[in-house]
Amino acid sequence: MAGKAKVKEAHQLTGDCITQVQTILRERFCRRRLPAGLESMEAQYKRLLDLLKRTAVDGESNSVLIVGPRGAGKTTLVDSVLKELLDDDRVQKNLLQVHLNGLLQTDDRIALREITMQLHLENVVGDRVFGSFAENLVFLLEALKKGDRSSSRPVLFVLDEFDLFTQHKNQTLLYNLLDVSQSAQAPVAVVGLTCRLDVLELLEKRVKSRFSHRQIHLLSPLGFGQYLERVRAQLSLPDDFPDAPFAAQWSASLQTLCEDQAAQDALRRHFNSSRHFGSLHMLLILCLSRVSLSKPFIGASDLLDASRTILSDSRVNMLHGLSILELCLLIAMKHLNDVYEGEPFNFHMVHNEFKKFLHRKSNSMYSFEQPVIMKAFEHLVQLELIRPVDGSSARTQKDYQLMRLMLDQGQIMEALQKYPQCPTDVRQWAMSAFE
Amino acid sequence: MSALLQVPGYDQERLRSVAERLPCREAQAGTLLSLLGEPQQYSYPSVFIYGHRASGKSHVVDVLMEELELPCVAVSCVECVSMALLFERVLLTFFGPDATSLLPRFPSMSDFVRIYKRQRLQSPAKQTRYIVMEKAELLRDGDANLLPALLRLQELVEDNLTVILLSEIVWDLFRPNTGCFEPLQLHFPDYSKGELQEILSKDKHPSYSAEFYSSYINILLGVFYSVCRDLRELRHLAALNFTKFCEPLTEGKVKETDTHKLWRNIEPHLKKAMQTVYIREVSSLQWEQMQQMEEKESGALRGLSAHTHIELPYYSKFLLIAAYLASYNPARTDKRFFLKHHGKIRKTAKFLKKNEKTSNHLLGPKPFPLDRLLAIFYSVVDSRVAPTASIFSQISSLVTLQLLAQVSHDDQLDAPKYKCCVSLDFICAISRTVNFEIVKYLYDFV
Repeated sequence: MAGKAKVKEAHQLTGDCITQVQTILRERFCRRRLPAGLESMEAQYKRLLDLLKRTAVDGESNSVLIVGPRGAGKTTLVDSVLKELLDDDRVQKNLLQVHLNGLLQTDDRIALREITMQLHLENVVGDRVFGSFAENLVFLLEALKKGDRSSSRPVLFVLDEFDLFTQHKNQTLLYNLLDVSQSAQAPVAVVGLTCRLDVLELLEKRVKSRFSHRQIHLLSPLGFGQYLERVRAQLSLPDDFPDAPFAAQWSASLQTLCEDQAAQDALRRHFNSSRHFGSLHMLLILCLSRVSLSKPFIGASDLLDASRTILSDSRVNMLHGLSILELCLLIAMKHLNDVYEGEPFNFHMVHNEFKKFLHRKSNSMYSFEQPVIMKAFEHLVQLELIRPVDGSSARTQKDYQLMRLMLDQGQIMEALQKYPQCPTDVRQWAMSAFE
Repeated sequence: MSALLQVPGYDQERLRSVAERLPCREAQAGTLLSLLGEPQQYSYPSVFIYGHRASGKSHVVDVLMEELELPCVAVSCVECVSMALLFERVLLTFFGPDATSLLPRFPSMSDFVRIYKRQRLQSPAKQTRYIVMEKAELLRDGDANLLPALLRLQELVEDNLTVILLSEIVWDLFRPNTGCFEPLQLHFPDYSKGELQEILSKDKHPSYSAEFYSSYINILLGVFYSVCRDLRELRHLAALNFTKFCEPLTEGKVKETDTHKLWRNIEPHLKKAMQTVYIREVSSLQWEQMQQMEEKESGALRGLSAHTHIELPYYSKFLLIAAYLASYNPARTDKRFFLKHHGKIRKTAKFLKKNEKTSNHLLGPKPFPLDRLLAIFYSVVDSRVAPTASIFSQISSLVTLQLLAQVSHDDQLDAPKYKCCVSLDFICAISRTVNFEIVKYLYDFV
C-alpha cells in the first residue's frame, strides 16, 4: 500500500517536472528568451557593444546596420547587447531608447508620433502645430537636450525591418535621423535591422552619404558540429532547475539523442535546408509537444516525426483530399502541359482531354455532365492549384479563361502514389506520357 | 476516453466532452492542443492550419476554445474589411469596451500595438490569448504589412498571444517576398470514406433505425464520393434526399432490410440530383417540392440554366448569330460560307487533324471588326435591311447585355472590335427560333 503511494508520489513529481520543462523550453523557443552565451557571434556582439557604449557613455553619434537572413538572431543580438549595456548604472540613467518597427510605423507621421510617445514628450508637444517634419524632429531633439540637467542625453534608435523604412516618401525620417547623427550635437545611435543584403541600394543618395556604412553581418558559416551543439544548448535545462535528479536524467537523454545516428541524419537534413534559429525552434517545439507524462524524454523517433511534419510537401497533402474527378482533371492538365510544353490551357481543352480518356475506356464510370466537371474545375481554381494567366477575367468567359498548372509532375505522381484506392486505369493514364 | 486527447493542464472532464464533440478529429485536436501547450505556458507565436473545405478546421478550434474556456477572438477575414474592425474586436474581447474607445478613428497597426501594450500592463495575460483568423487567404489582399505583423504579434505586443490562421490554401502562396516569421504549419487531412460514413450516420432520423440510415448514407456516398468530398455538401444532399429514400417504406412496398430494392429505387434519383441540385441548377426548395409532386418527373422543372434563354428582337438575334459566326470561324473561310460561288473544302485526314488542334470551340472566341460582323449579318438575313441607327444601337445594347464584349477600348467609333460571349447551346436555341441552321455554317463542324 505504502509502496503504491510512493510510486504515485514519484509520478506526481515527474508531472510537475514536465510542466516545468515545458514552461522553460517554451519560453525559450517562443519568446526567444536570451540564451546565456551567444555562440558563433561573439565578434559581432563585441563590436556592437563597443559601438553603443561609445554613444551611451562618451556621447558619440553612430549609425550601424545589422544584416542577416530571417531567424539569424538579429533581434536577439541587439537585445542581449542592450541588456549588458543597461547593467551599467551610468548608462541606465542616461540612455534613452526608441524602438521602431517598419511593420508598425508604416509612414513617417506615425513614426514621429511614436517617437514622441516613447520619449515621453507628449506634454511638451501638446497641441502645438509644427511646420515641417524636420522642424518637428529637431524640436524633439532640442527637447531632449533641455530635458535633463546634463547637457545632452544620448538617444538610441532601433529600427527593426529597416528596409521598410526606405519605402517611406522621400525617406524623410531616415534622412533626418542620419543627418542628426552626422551634424547635430545630440548624440544619437541609429541601429537598423534588416534581412536585405542590398539595403544600401534602397537608400537615396543623400541618405546614403550620411550613413556611416558600418555593417554587421550575421551570415554565420556554421558547421554541423556547431549546429548540433546549438541543438543541445537549446534543449538543455538551466542549472537552477529545481529537481536535480530529473535534470540529470534529461541531460543524459539529450546526450543519447545527440549521438543517435537517425536523429543526426534528421538534423543534418534540417541543417542542409536552413541553419537559423527560426527553423530550429520550429523543429524543437514540435518535438517538445510530444513530451508527456507517459513519455518524459525526447527520443529520436520524435525528432524524425517532427522533421517529417516540417518537410512534408503541403501541396501533396492537399492533393490527397481531392475527389477522383478533380484528380482526373489534374492528370489531363499534366498531359496538356506535356504535349504543348507549358502552354496555358482553358477548361474546354481539359475537358476534351478527359473525354479522350473516357473514350478509350469501355465502361463509363466517370461520365459526368459538363457543369459537374466545371464545378470540380472551379474548386481547383479556388485551391489555387491552377491559376488564371492574366488577372483581367471580367471580359472573357469563365470556361475560356486561360489557366496555368501550379504543380509539377513529381508532385502529381507522388500524390497519385499516396492516393487511397486510386483506380488502376487512372493511374495508368497518368503514367502514359504521350498518346 | 481515447488516449489522443490527454493533455496535462486541462480539466479531464472537459477534454472528454471535447472528444465527444469532435468525431474523427481527436488526433488533430490532440496535436493542436499539445502544440499550444498548457494555458499558462507560452505558445508558438503563430500557427497556420490548412486543409480542405469542411475538414473541421474551424470546428476543432471553436470547440477547443469554447469547451476549455480559453480567451479567444474568432474573426473571419471576410468580415474584417478594414483593419479597424479587427483591432476593435480584439481589444473588446480582451480588455473590454474601455480599450476600444482609445482607438483613434483610422487606427494604424502602431496604434493598436500601443494600446494593447498599455492595456496589458493593467491586465496581464494569465493564460495564452488566441486570435483565430478564418479564411486567412484574404489577408494577402489587404495591407502588405498586416500579415507579417500578425505573424509576429506576440513579439510586438510582448504578451502571451498566439495567432491561429485557418486556410484552404497552402502556406507557400502566402509568403511575402521579403519573407516573414514562419508559422507552425499543421495539416488537417481529409476525411476518409469510412470517416465520412461515420460522421454522416450520426444525424439519423428518429423514426428509423440507425442501420437503415447508415445503409442510406452508404448508397449516397457510392454515388457522390467520386465527385464530392465536402462533408457539408454531402450532409445537405443526405438531408434532401432522405424522404425519397423512405418513400417505398411508407407505402409499405418493401421492408427496411430489403437494401437492394431501396437502392434500385433511390439510385437514379441521386444521379439526377447530381445534375440538378448539386450544381444548384434547381434550388433545394424546388427539389423538395418536386419530390412531393409525385406525378411530375423530377428534372422536368426548368432549372436555372434553362432560364438563360432570353427573348431578343428579330435583328438582334441575327446580329448575335453573325457575331457568333464571326467569332468562331476563321476569316479566310467567310468566302466559302457566305458567298454564292465558292470552291469546296476537301476533308482530308490532314485537314481533320489540323482542325482538331485549332478548333475555336476549344480555344475560345476570336475578336472581329465591326465591318465583318455587318457583312456576315447582311449575308445571313434574307431581307434587305437598311443600316439604320437602330441596328447599331442594337449592337451596343448586346454589349451591355454582355452577350457581346468590346475587346479593345481604344476607339469607340472607328473600327471597334468585338467578341461573342455566348455558348453554343445558347446560340443554337436562338437560331432555332429564327429557323437558321447555324451548325452548317460553323467551320468546326463541317
